[in-house]
This record gives sequence, structure tokens and C-alpha cells, in this order.
Amino acid sequence: MEPVPVKIVCNGTAYQLQVEPRTLLADLLRSDLGSKGTHIGCEHGVCGACTVLVDGEPMRSCLMLAVQADGRTIQTVESLELPDGSLNELQESFHEHHGLQCGYCTSGILMSLTALFNEDKAPSESRIRDYIQGHICRCTGYQQMIEACVELSGLRSKELS
Amino acid sequence: MIGERMTRREDLRLLRGKGQFVDDIDLPGVAHMAVVRSTQPHARILGIQCDEARSLPGVLGVFTASELEPMNRVWPVHLAHPALRTNDMRALAVDKVRYVGEPVAVVVAESRYLAEDACELVEVEYEPLPSSGDLRISLEMDTKIHANLEDNIAAHVVQRAGDVEKALGDSPHVIRETLRITRGGGHSMEGRAVAAKYDVSLGNYIVWDANQTPHQVRSLIAHCYGLPEDKIRVIAPPDVGGGFGPKAAKYPEDVIVPWLAMLLGRPVKFIEDRYEHFVSCAQEHLQEHNVEVGFTDDGLLLALKDHFYHDIGAYASSLIVPLIAGTTVPGPYRIPNLHIEFTSVFTNKVPSGSVRGSGRPQGIYVMERIMDMVAEELELDPAEVRRRNLIPADEFPYSVGLTFRDGSPLTYDSGNYPALFQKGLDAIDYAKHRNVQEELRKKGVLRGIGLSIGLEGVGIGPFEGATVRVESSGRAVVILGAPPQGQGFETTYAQVCSEFLGMDPEDIDVVTGDTATIPYGIGTFASRVVANAGPALAKAAAEVRTKLLETASSLLEASVDDLEVVRGDVRVKGMQAGVSIARVAQVANAGAPGVSLPKGAVAGLSATEYFAPERAGYSSSVQICVVEVDPETGEVEIIDWVVGHDCGRVINPLLVEGQVYGGIAHGLSNALYEESIYSEDGVPLTTSYLNYPIPSARELPGVRLYDQETLSPLNPLGVKGAGEAGTLGVPAVIIGAVEDALRPFGVKIRSCPLSPGMISDLIYEAKSQKGETM
Ligand code: FES
Ligand code: FES
Repeated sequence: MEPVPVKIVCNGTAYQLQVEPRTLLADLLRSDLGSKGTHIGCEHGVCGACTVLVDGEPMRSCLMLAVQADGRTIQTVESLELPDGSLNELQESFHEHHGLQCGYCTSGILMSLTALFNEDKAPSESRIRDYIQGHICRCTGYQQMIEACVELSGLRSKELS
Repeated sequence: MIGERMTRREDLRLLRGKGQFVDDIDLPGVAHMAVVRSTQPHARILGIQCDEARSLPGVLGVFTASELEPMNRVWPVHLAHPALRTNDMRALAVDKVRYVGEPVAVVVAESRYLAEDACELVEVEYEPLPSSGDLRISLEMDTKIHANLEDNIAAHVVQRAGDVEKALGDSPHVIRETLRITRGGGHSMEGRAVAAKYDVSLGNYIVWDANQTPHQVRSLIAHCYGLPEDKIRVIAPPDVGGGFGPKAAKYPEDVIVPWLAMLLGRPVKFIEDRYEHFVSCAQEHLQEHNVEVGFTDDGLLLALKDHFYHDIGAYASSLIVPLIAGTTVPGPYRIPNLHIEFTSVFTNKVPSGSVRGSGRPQGIYVMERIMDMVAEELELDPAEVRRRNLIPADEFPYSVGLTFRDGSPLTYDSGNYPALFQKGLDAIDYAKHRNVQEELRKKGVLRGIGLSIGLEGVGIGPFEGATVRVESSGRAVVILGAPPQGQGFETTYAQVCSEFLGMDPEDIDVVTGDTATIPYGIGTFASRVVANAGPALAKAAAEVRTKLLETASSLLEASVDDLEVVRGDVRVKGMQAGVSIARVAQVANAGAPGVSLPKGAVAGLSATEYFAPERAGYSSSVQICVVEVDPETGEVEIIDWVVGHDCGRVINPLLVEGQVYGGIAHGLSNALYEESIYSEDGVPLTTSYLNYPIPSARELPGVRLYDQETLSPLNPLGVKGAGEAGTLGVPAVIIGAVEDALRPFGVKIRSCPLSPGMISDLIYEAKSQKGETM
């Protein structure tokens, strides 16, 4: 099929591309949009490794065609670090608590949690588990990443009060 | 440094999405390979039509066994064993396929999309043959999966200690049971991945392979191509998205991809997708253990006979899994008479191979179920039966009388099983849980407590090597042959090196898994790296320290004994006088061309050492888990769970805890969630996560860990291994706990995994037998 034009803003950069209609968003992100940090684990919408934010909402980029992202704004794991290049507090907390091992699932998990922490400054453990629930991590058993999030949530709720 | 909870340096790139997994490596001009896989479990190939596929625009080539004939040689056996019968395996099927998923042809195209389109156009004509999706069927089937053999048996091995028949005859109590346990695949989140390019000017191949054993992959490629190994460089990149055993095996794509890169004059890449992981990547399959156990009125074991059948899949390149399973059965208990026998059977399923635990979870499951049966028979507390049979702490080294999979006598190096077990009972407050259970039972609540104690042969040889260099920049480099798949080698081995070299871990870089940087290596599997590479590294680092100090001593004109390493410098103790490590390295590594080294200075701040342990060490673990079963739905809820482990000296507790938590999740998945299901004739029925669940953060309860440190006498660091500890005892503890919960119904559970549906069926059957229909 003939390529069609697509306009996407990814991590703050505007792209105008010609894309074959069957191209998955995940594949476009990994190639033309320069987000190799977006990983593909199952390509059938279960593992969550490919999760990115589309207009702020976590979406599985393996279940979306690139053309469906036309006119939308995408955020991937590469956008998370602070302007000075240091880790943001969620990333830092994962680092402190050993919330990742091979790191393959991590990009997607961080994006889901970013959406959660954007929406709820200090989520409960149960909500944290709900957001991580959409992801498979084969390495960690989830415990240390949950500890990381619970601690971050605790720090934030202290700040709030 | 050793023992410190250091956070990982690897995290800094991975958390930013800047890891370099194979699929992330930038290879300009790369072409993409996809594989045409057998759709038949067992069939003769009558013909393959590739013309239509070849003519698709964007397709660079379609290759079958005849096009790849020069490299499609019979593979050498991965690990020879006298009992393993010859079954020829090659990269591409010739004449016949033996499992769904077996590569029949490959396509290379400008994109993966096009390559898959072309795969659809390749037409393979098959003549189906009778096939088997179950070892029982294979044993009865006239058709031979491998025509050179007279039946479908891959191996038959018997090991004995003492006189089991006599002891069983003399035992006051004998139990006979059949226990089945199936384990699925590895399911690393990154599938297998291979990329390669060919350097025409040198005639060299460079291969990036998300593999746990790059040196072994290099040997296989060299064998298939008929080339010396030094023409092939295999790199397992620092970022591999999980391994768990299947990536320690070798696969057709490992040898096909580099060959095509040479043929096409372009880099070529193959990325396994999830469907392919289900049908073409190693799984452990079924084991069926037929046990007979004799014991005294007090529950002391007298004899154990286990003959198990093991589904080895369509091809077998080693007997690692059944050998480990069989020798894991006796576990931490004193059993004077043993008979362990296994029959490995070919089926038309993807070849079996090791998955985190590699036969150990099965062995522990068998022994711990026996302990529970003995307790039930004698109406004793299952903790008490275990306690009575445990090997006491003062009986090490303890010889079991069998031979382990590394060829050495099964001898436990060190441990304290009674103490580790007692700590667990205390940690969970076992007595209290039993009381609560009794109270709840009166109210009809199905609560159960499971126990398991398991041993793990770790740190097996033959060897691993390490190079340490202090570079002229003032930084040190550690080079290891074994690659990581998320374990954090860059951090841990900087800690080990720092301990012996004296430099700060921040000043030490760790390079892994590149055959060009260290000539020999075995690989990462069987929780073996720290007990092999650790001591090698310690020795190399100590040697380099000596060279560093000797050279500094000549520059500073001070005695070596008066020197110390302080951050980036070598200083005279208690004084300001010193010289930077960079300066020392410049003198020792580069010197001044044509000028003699200063007297006493050593040429080259570098050392390479190998360490070959005499035999395996044994880590131990205890699991105690409390569950509640919903009588209506069969759902299992975990109420409390403690896991203790003794893996010898711990280098980095933060990372070891991560290994244990991750292992537990894998074990829980094996016990209650994932199951590879095949039709009777061998068609895989579970080929996506929609019907092959892997637990998420919702299903994973909080687990409490405790530890104990019994050093191993087998290596100078006293380390053992921790990579699989969490997984091993889980099937045993969960099945035991669920059976205990269902005790009011008298339900017996003799297979693993369990699903809620199976549990509610068991309850229903038990109730209807008792005449209380629902
Ligand atoms: S890759 Fe998208 S959900 Fe698994
Ligand atoms: S860290 Fe490896 S899959 Fe999550």
C-alpha cells in the first residue's frame, strides 16, 4: 500500500513522515522517531513493554498503527530525564530500590507509572500495583519496583501535607 | 566492597531507554531475516516452492537446506553423555520436520514486514507422519522420530547408592506414587536476537547474539562453516533482556544469520517474536516421577526409588535437565539407599532445554511431596518429619553416593540446613499459623501451609576466566567471558575487583561476553558465574595490584609494604608523597620507546586468570507459604510467605535479593499459571500470552526474605550462587500448601501446575465421592 503522510510530535520534536499504513506505532517509534528505548516484548498487547504516552495516556504502541497517531503527541522513556540530564525522581527511585534487572520491560513500566504519578501525586500501593499490573516483568518479581513507587509516593505525600 | 548494597551502574542507561539490546544496534544497510517454520509436528518434506517469495519486491533471498548446504552440517552434541543416543540436528530441516516451529527455510528482505510477507508465499509440501505430543504416546508409537533409533527413547540412565530393593523390602512403611510436573519456557521479555556482519577484507564474521554463552556459539559457527574459531567474533551485548536458560542453548538462527550476511554482503538481523519464542525456544516439558519410598515408624527415610520419564522434545543435545532433576531429588535429607533412574523420551515438540532451575524445581517438588506424604501417613507434623531427616550441620562434606551432572561425585560442600529451616519456621511463626489454621478450618476456611527445603548444585565448572588491566587513563578494566542478562555484572564484578585491586569501583569498568576480548569462556547459566569468574577475577586483580605497587615503588623509591592505593593514586602510607595510578600505568604499559623500564617496574599492568572449581557447591533454600483456597472458584490467595536462602558469601545483597524475588515469581508462575499445552499429536496450543498467563504485580504477594551465609570451601571467595534460588522450591511449597488447605476433603494433588479450574474440580470430585454434592 502507498505510504500516507503522518504528523507526530514525539518527545517535543515535530515529525512529518510518509508511513506505510500497516506500520505499527512501535516500529515507527523505534525507527524514524528515534525511540529505541521503546521495546517490543509480545506484539499482541499483553506484556506492556511497548507502552508510551499518547496525548498523556498510556497506550500499547504495538496495538496502534502509526497512522492512528497522526496529529497526536507522544512521550517515550527518552523524555523522562530532567533537563539537566539527571534521572527524574521515579527513575531515581527505581535505581535506589533495584526496581529493574535486564531493563527490557522497564521503559513501558516507567511510562505507565508516569501517567499514574501525573494523575495522582501520591498513589496508594494498590493503585501502584494496578498500574504495574498491565506489564510483565520476568526478572524482578515486581517487589523492588513496588517498593520504589511506594517510597516515592510517601515522599510526595509528605511534601503535600 | 564485597557485601555492600551498591546500586547498579547499568540502571543509568536502562532507565533512560539507552540500553543497547541487539535490536537497538545500529547496523547501516541491515537486512531482516524471517523464518519459514514447520506447521507440522512430524512430516516428510516433499518439496518447497520459493519462486513467488523470491519475486516479491524487497526480498533479497530465500534459502532452504539445499541453498545452505555448505553450512548445514550436523551439529556437534552440546554435552556428550554415554547414554545419549544419536539424533542429528542441523540449522535447517533436511527431508523431514520433527516439531511445529522447526526452521524449514529463511527469507531475507529489506524489512521484517516484507520478509514475513515472503514467508507466507513459500509453499512447503508435507507428507504428515504419525506424531506424538506426549511421552506416553511416543513410547507406544511405532513411528520413530529419529529413524536411526529402534524406538523413541533418547536416553536411559540409572544411578544407585546402597541396596534399595532390600531396604524397601525391610521398610515398615512404603508409599508408591506418581508425580507429574511440567515446566514451560524461559519467556525473557526480549526474545532471541542475532545480528551479524561479514568483513570481506579480513574474512571475519562479527555476530551480536543475545545469548548466555557466546564462546559456545562461536564454536558452533566455526564448526558449521569449517573455519577456525578466530575468524568468528561473537558478542553478547551488555544489555540482554533476560536469559533464564533458553538463551544458553544454541539455535539455527545463530549460524544462519552470519552466513547470510556473508552471502549477501550486508548485515543481517533476526529478532525472535513472541510466537516464535513459544514454538522455537527451549522449554522444560513434562517429567513423570514414579516413586517408591520406605521409612520407619518415626518417619526416617530408609530408601527412595524414583524412575522418571522426561519429555526431551524432538532433539536432544544434552541430558542436563534430567541429570540435574534426578540428582536434586535426595536434597537435604539423609537417605541411605537410593535408586534414581530416568528415561528421556523424544516427542514432536520443541527441543527441551534448561529454564531457570533446570530440573531442580522438579527434583525438589518430588522430594518435598514425599515428605508431605510421609507426614500424612504417620500423622506427624510435616515440619517435624523434615527436621528428623535433615543432614546435620556437622556432616559436611556430605556424600550422597550419586554423580552430579558435572561428572563429579554428588558431595555437598557446606551448609546448615536445620538452622536455615528453623529460622524460617521462626520467621513465619509456624506454630501460630498451625493454630490459626485449625481455628479457621472449623469455620470452613480452606487454609494451608506448605514447606519446602531445596538444594541447588551451583558454581559448576569447567572454568571461567577474567582479565584485569590498569589502563594508562588510570582506570581499570575487568574482562569476563560470561555475559549478563540483567544480573548486574558491571556493578558486582567492579566490587569484587575493587576488593582485591584496591581501586574504587567507580574507577573500574567491566566488559563482558565478547569472544574477541577473552579467548575462552563457558557462559552464564546454572548460577555458576560468581563461583568461577569471581575467584578468577580476585586472583587477577591481586596480581595486578602487586604489579601496580611494584612499579609505583620503583617510581617513589619506597618499599612496596609502605604503599597503599588511595582513590586515583598510590601513596606512601601516612604521607602526602605519591604518584597517580595513571602515571604508574603509563610507565608500565607504554614506557618510553627504546628506554629501559625503571628498575623494579613491571611491564604491563595486566593479568588473566582462570578458575576451575573441583566440583559444584550447594546453595540451600527454605520456603514456607500460607495460602487460602476459595472453595467455589479454586483461586489461591497467598497469606504469608517467607523464603530463606544460603548462597555462600554475598557480594551485593541488594542484587541477590532481586535475584531471589525474581526467581520466586518465576516459580509461582510454574506452580499456578503458565503451562505449555500441546495436542496429542504435538501441535502447540498455547502460543500467546492470551492463554499462557505469566503473573503480574497483582498476583505477586509481598514475600519476606531472610538469609544465612555458609561459606563454600571450594573457592577462595566462599561464594556459591544465587540466580535460581528463588525459583526452585516454589512448585513444591505451593502445591504442598494447596493440598494442605484441601486436607478436609482428603484431596491428593499429584501434578503441577495447578489452575483454579483444576482445584475446584478436585474439590468437587472429593465432595461427590464423599456423597456431598455441591
Ligand atoms: S509489545 Fe506491546 S504489549 Fe507486548
Ligand atoms: S527487568 Fe527484565 S523483564 Fe523486567
